[in-house]
Amino acid sequence: MTLPIRVRTLKIDDRDVSAREDETILEVARENGIDIPSLCYLEGLSAVGGCRLCLVDVRGVPRPVPACVTRVEEGMQITTNSERIVKYRRMNLELLFTEGNHICAVCVSNGRCELQGLAQSFGMTHVHFPYLYPQLKVDASHERYVIDHNRCVLCMRCVRVCDEIEGAHTWDVMGRGIEAQVITDLNQPWGTSDTCTSCGKCVHVCPTGALFEKGKSVAEMLKKRQFLPYLKLMREEHV
Amino acid sequence: MRRMGYGHHALIETLHSIQESFGYLDEDALRYVATTLRLPLSRVYGVATFYQFFRLKPKGEHHTCVICVGTACHLKGATTILEQLEQRLGIKPGGATADGKVSLLTARCLASCGLAPAVVLDGKVMGKFTADAAIAWIQKWVAHDT
Repeated sequence: MTLPIRVRTLKIDDRDVSAREDETILEVARENGIDIPSLCYLEGLSAVGGCRLCLVDVRGVPRPVPACVTRVEEGMQITTNSERIVKYRRMNLELLFTEGNHICAVCVSNGRCELQGLAQSFGMTHVHFPYLYPQLKVDASHERYVIDHNRCVLCMRCVRVCDEIEGAHTWDVMGRGIEAQVITDLNQPWGTSDTCTSCGKCVHVCPTGALFEKGKSVAEMLKKRQFLPYLKLMREEHV
Repeated sequence: MRRMGYGHHALIETLHSIQESFGYLDEDALRYVATTLRLPLSRVYGVATFYQFFRLKPKGEHHTCVICVGTACHLKGATTILEQLEQRLGIKPGGATADGKVSLLTARCLASCGLAPAVVLDGKVMGKFTADAAIAWIQKWVAHDT
């Protein structure tokens, strides 16, 4: 017998909300129409808390906590838009820009990019940190898709969708810190990967133009995400 | 070597054993480990590159020079030593000189911060090191071998 799921009541931005005990702060906030920005989080995939854009303040906790991986607790008092939180989120977003080469004007995802969208919603006009201009490669060896590491923000959505949904685990991350990069198999050209099923799930969950279909020009890449909630629903165990 | 029940958790231990036996991890070894432990290739490669201990290239034939770039050593000027050695030997950390005599590596803290900046020459930990001293050592190695 499964234990009944309990209900927790808490406050988000001074609003009383109730949630199931197995929900995270981000899920509850979204259900209640409270906006918390996020990048690496994608409904249908496991949460990793990597991008640090969903940081929120919890009364009594000195550090900001990532909303996507923090479970709700009874009596929590959460602030989603204090000055400090907004400052930290913005700093994290700017750092994402400095670590890659994000040039919207020549990007296939221009106008549909989640990173670009976040920058716009944050009102980000410039970056306060020096750009690193890393020398990164573009791998077009796959017959249908391209990976442009310049545009990758290491959100790991491709890694997760490939492992959790497709079950191929072609993608993973190599190295650490600033040298980290997503790789296919043994860091070999994508086209030579034996495990890749060419399903294209990674391409469509990618928030930026890092993964795209061949033959798409500037602003032409449309990401189709419908498959994810559908597959999740169909695979759920109905009791 | 692989008597840990071929479990997924045996990955790091297995990589350790291979590096101990062969000196480094080549592609065939990584492929073999992935297939035997039934792990994704990319995961194995990811782990092997995440830890600085693992080498994917063969190390220098005779001598290794490990420079600690942990916080304390960094503050005490480990970066300068590293830069000068890189220039002098013409190699990057993780590589070996063209003749394969000396390989240069970095480590993140040797737990001897009191000796900062610390350097390990052929397995011997040397403290309070300078770039000149390191170069002198390496010259001695090279001169000795020829």
